[in-house]
Amino acid sequence: MKARVTISLKNGVLDPQGKAIEHALHGLGFEGVNDVRQGKIIELDLGNISADAAPAQVEKMCTQLLANTVIENYTVELLD
Amino acid sequence: MKAAVIVFPGSNCDRDMKVAIEQSMGHSPDMVWHGDTSLPDTDLIAIPGGFSYGDYLRCGAIAGNSPIMREVVKKAQSGTPVLAVCNGFQVATETGMLSGALLRNANQKFICKDVNLQVVADNDRFVGEFDAGQIVRFPVAHHDGNFYADDETLARLEGEGLVAFKYADETGVVSDDTNLNGSRNNIAGIYNEAGNILGLMPHPERLISEQLGGTDGKTFFDNLINSLS
Repeated sequence: MKARVTISLKNGVLDPQGKAIEHALHGLGFEGVNDVRQGKIIELDLGNISADAAPAQVEKMCTQLLANTVIENYTVELLD
Repeated sequence: MKAAVIVFPGSNCDRDMKVAIEQSMGHSPDMVWHGDTSLPDTDLIAIPGGFSYGDYLRCGAIAGNSPIMREVVKKAQSGTPVLAVCNGFQVATETGMLSGALLRNANQKFICKDVNLQVVADNDRFVGEFDAGQIVRFPVAHHDGNFYADDETLARLEGEGLVAFKYADETGVVSDDTNLNGSRNNIAGIYNEAGNILGLMPHPERLISEQLGGTDGKTFFDNLINSLS
């Protein structure tokens, strides 16, 4: 079982890196870009864990370490 | 009086912290490795600056989950004073010992210079020698010092007198112009509710002698050690 965790900054939290990317895109002529938010993807190989146990396990990883819920949101995708 | 300095792989202000504490206390603090599972008997725990674990994942995130930090959190909850500087502040927010989080500086730059700070809350243990409203000068050296807390938390910090320092100018004016890294309300340092944990981005341990350019840091450490002795 594999899982993909996508982490992004919450709305309202300033994302200076996203802003820098947005400015660079404008510089390249992509003026239509209104906003850019940068996040990260973490891919996990969970070995032989059952499909029933996996969601709770990954959820725990997210709250304990992978995401800081003061500033970040996360979504979990389970992959076969 | 005994003190302990926590050392992570990637800490780079642990020795500065040791020297600053030593100078005020008269003897060396214990240097405690991140992998240790117990703390020595201590009256002060210092979490120093640096780039613990290379700042991987988020600044302070991995250090916050290291074995020794479980003990630090327990001691802090039972009232032991904790001084968390720069990366130490980031570690403290990651463990939940302090509110909020530290984001990338708004201007995306690593900022390394002496700054003026307004002493906001009167917490005798940490800033007894300074008066509220007074200006002190400590250096900053960080890429991720942009303090963030949601509106509710920010109102609580301000309302309950838990804001320790704000970025100001030399006359004490706190404004957008003196907000070097984008921190909400210019916040440079905060206390926990019980007032026994101070987290701040600036480095008092780096200005402890005229030869280094100033002594506000020495005054800070002299007061801290005196109040705990």
